[in-house]
Amino acid sequence: MTMIFGVPLAVFMGQLLLGLINGAFYALLSLGLAVIFGLLKIVNFAHGAMYMLGAFATLLGMRYLGINYWAALLLAPLVVGLFGMLLERTMLRRIAHLDHLYGLLLTFGLALIFEGTLVNFFGVSGARYPTPEALQGGFQTGFMFLPTYRAWVLVAAIVVCFFTWYMIERTRLGAYLRAGTENPALMQAFGVNVPLLITLTYGFGVALAAFAGVLAAPLYPVSPTMGSNLLIVVFAVVVIGGMGSILGAVLTGLGMGLIEGLTKVYYPEAANTVIFLVMILVLLTRPAGLFGKEA
Amino acid sequence: MSATQTLTPSMKRQRRADMRRNVFYLVLIGIGLVAPFVAYPVFLMKVLCFALFACAFNLLLGYAGLLSFGHAAFLAIGGYVTGYLLSSHPALTPELGILAGTLAAVALGAVFGALSIRRQGIYFAMVTLALAQLVFFVFVQSPFTGGEDGLHGVPRGDLFGVISLRSNLAMYYFVFAIFLFGFAIIQRAVHSPYGQVLKAIRENEPRAVSLGYNVDAYKWVAFVLSAGLAGLAGSTKTVVFQLASLTDAHWHMSGEVILMTLLGGVGTLFGPVVGAGIVVSLQHLLAQSPLGNWVGPILGVIFVICVLSFRSGIVGEILKSYRKNFK
Repeated sequence: MTMIFGVPLAVFMGQLLLGLINGAFYALLSLGLAVIFGLLKIVNFAHGAMYMLGAFATLLGMRYLGINYWAALLLAPLVVGLFGMLLERTMLRRIAHLDHLYGLLLTFGLALIFEGTLVNFFGVSGARYPTPEALQGGFQTGFMFLPTYRAWVLVAAIVVCFFTWYMIERTRLGAYLRAGTENPALMQAFGVNVPLLITLTYGFGVALAAFAGVLAAPLYPVSPTMGSNLLIVVFAVVVIGGMGSILGAVLTGLGMGLIEGLTKVYYPEAANTVIFLVMILVLLTRPAGLFGKEA
Repeated sequence: MSATQTLTPSMKRQRRADMRRNVFYLVLIGIGLVAPFVAYPVFLMKVLCFALFACAFNLLLGYAGLLSFGHAAFLAIGGYVTGYLLSSHPALTPELGILAGTLAAVALGAVFGALSIRRQGIYFAMVTLALAQLVFFVFVQSPFTGGEDGLHGVPRGDLFGVISLRSNLAMYYFVFAIFLFGFAIIQRAVHSPYGQVLKAIRENEPRAVSLGYNVDAYKWVAFVLSAGLAGLAGSTKTVVFQLASLTDAHWHMSGEVILMTLLGGVGTLFGPVVGAGIVVSLQHLLAQSPLGNWVGPILGVIFVICVLSFRSGIVGEILKSYRKNFK
């Protein structure tokens, strides 16, 4: 059997794939954070809660409304996105003129509310969501067994990331968004409805998190606390990559997933902490982050 | 000519204000001294520990304008180091155990401070949160913390090897003294020239830089001081409750201390004390009521209300109305 640094190739590739899939979630979440940060200048602490709500919407939709996975893939982000827009309209807007740290604190409070409420109804242990039939099983590649669902998650995440990148960098709406990031007051003077743009942006960022939640539902146990622990890692990813660029956020997310996977192979004790250690290294050498622009 | 005759009216006013403040402090200390005969001492000790923790946090947020989302790490390392030393070395007196815990927090704060002040604003908050999470995972895995179980049965021991702390009353006065010590340090720091520079940095960092202040050094000292006092609070808490657990290291704890400070009043000396008192009382009351499971969401709601429409906090609002009506 082929060995890589004393580890069987199949194990090595398996962990790498798991890492890549985790990386896909990091990428989706940090992408949403970056999009929201660009226009609203706040870090959305409720992002993990939105990811969790996406997974719960999928689970409950199946349980009580008979909505299947494919419909949930569309509906859950839509519902959570609309909910996010409501939060933006009713709360975030009221503190938009203040120090942006207040945005962080407000969304932190919201995250506590969502998480705590769901814990009371569903406990912390988590429920299983069945893998959709069309994506069950897997296929044998030359060196390892690749479960179909994991391949699907990777493809779907990359497609959505690309779609987001295309929309922001290549369309008219994206041009408005980028201009709004640079100078919202001037945009407003040109007759663009900036408040609406802000609401839509928040909704979209949150919908990305919910989409990640739907993808995660058949992979990880669906529990109220699934988002918060993930979010802190994503924060570290965002500090590593900087929130200045879409592509940077996606690449850093995938890269960190891979590094985590590699650590699981060679030094499993540090798998939980390796991303934080990378963050420390980046802070020491490139304080602005790998893709950051600030001095 | 005697000194009193040369006093200008404004100096007299200042002197009267100082006098009023001293009387106010003395009254509060008096209340603190009789409190254990009125209320349950263990509850009061919990309030004092969290009040010190919140005051330490407020030094950073309220006076340096730095929002740390990782202060649980300092509370926890103080608690764990003190708990571990006191459990494994029965000869060690509690004050030395607390000193060791505080020093550990100072050391951790020195490292984390140097790392996190390299970024500003929102990034600073995320960096501190991530570093604290790193510490959390280290505590989960390392053998000396007892993992998920934590450390139990930490002996309270004899203060200076003489005064037994097994009685809650003795323990209370020790905790009260520690609180006053920590509070005095913060009070002095805030009202010193150093504190003035810190406020200047909070208000306008580029300007402070252009005036020639070494901003990073000022921030770092504030961070280390804050971390050390948070560690002192954690160490004391471990001696009082005779346990150290992962709860203290969890990011929920970092959020709770923010809430205490926000609710009481960011950037006021007494705000964090009031905030800590309210939050601890609330947790205490809710835990016994049918709403016991709803502590998290209720704290979240208070958080949201504070941010949306009560940003000065309780003490901040009182000070505002006092200034409006009496000055």
